[in-house]
Amino acid sequence: MKTLEYEPPYLYPDYRSTELRAPKHEPIRLPDEWFHNVPGPVFGRIPVQAEDADLTRQHRGEPLGERIIVTGRVLDGDGQPVRDTLVEVWQANAAGRYVDPADDHDAPLDPNFTGAGRALTDDAGAYRFVTVKPGAYPWRNHLNAWRPAHIHFSLFGPSLASRLVTQMYFPGDPLITYDPILCSIPDPRGRELLVARFDLETTVPEWALGYRWDIVLRGRRATPAES
Amino acid sequence: MRAPTPSQTVGPFFGFALPFDGDANGASGESHDAIRVEGHVLDGIGEPVGDALIEASEGDQFARCRTDSEGAFHFNLRRPVAGEGTPFFYITVFARGLLRHLHTRMYLPDEDGATRVDRVLQQVDDSRRPTLFARQEGEILRFDIRLQGDGETVFFAL
Repeated sequence: MKTLEYEPPYLYPDYRSTELRAPKHEPIRLPDEWFHNVPGPVFGRIPVQAEDADLTRQHRGEPLGERIIVTGRVLDGDGQPVRDTLVEVWQANAAGRYVDPADDHDAPLDPNFTGAGRALTDDAGAYRFVTVKPGAYPWRNHLNAWRPAHIHFSLFGPSLASRLVTQMYFPGDPLITYDPILCSIPDPRGRELLVARFDLETTVPEWALGYRWDIVLRGRRATPAES
Repeated sequence: MRAPTPSQTVGPFFGFALPFDGDANGASGESHDAIRVEGHVLDGIGEPVGDALIEASEGDQFARCRTDSEGAFHFNLRRPVAGEGTPFFYITVFARGLLRHLHTRMYLPDEDGATRVDRVLQQVDDSRRPTLFARQEGEILRFDIRLQGDGETVFFAL
């Protein structure tokens, strides 16, 4: 398994913003053992409350849109759960508009939706967010460019090398094929890893659709330190 | 072994979600040893990168900061405890246009030539090593990050 083919390159001209930002030099590869035992950043200063995992209850009223549950497990390379790790998420609202002042897309803001959440994984490595399905939105990468619906995820994991920022996509989205950000991943199987699965078991009758998405962080179970 | 979940860019719209109160000040508590680090993130033609996210860590310290429209960032951390090599902070760079984040290290100014015993610095060409060192400027340390081109910062694959 060439996991490198599952990672996007730095330079991917179809995604224009890479052209002046991708380093020209190959990053210097250091031996794994120098880093995989380096503990990751201690994120304890980032406040996490239980209610931060429900993005539909951060305002006076309920946000517009299709209510969804997004849940899954965070695992290491051995398939072991990564417990007590921080998961941060952010997304556009159901109309495809971010609260962020930098977003000037002509779609309405929702006064009842911010679109940011946090959670810690439990003993089984599981996380669970309640939110609304984000809308697709246009961007100016090329003529008629639209981002497929997605939720941004940020995770720390146990080591410096396990830090991950990525995006989760929705199954059956016709925009996926045209998205240079997702298509920058060379191997289609790598792209598949970023698409959640609709799950009837997770779906709550009369209330919300359920999606499952497991996340695998780099690194294996900590081995005894060499020094 | 399971394939790791691939990376995707942090995009331009994280500013309402990832910052938190006091995020740039990782030196809270014992502040007598606090160091203020200031720098700019620049792209391949020297233009400021106004939508980057920087994370700095060392031991149990962690700071997170955004660049402003001038590409400027700053954070505070306590001076690292000297180990076998030259003291440094781990720096991680996220931005629109970076499909994977970048890892680098900010070494404190090399006053005693400890570079010779640092095994990571030894992997780096002499000519590029200066990009990994902060400069003392009065009370602060300056550390610029050039993503591409002249004086490109050395980045590491972990």
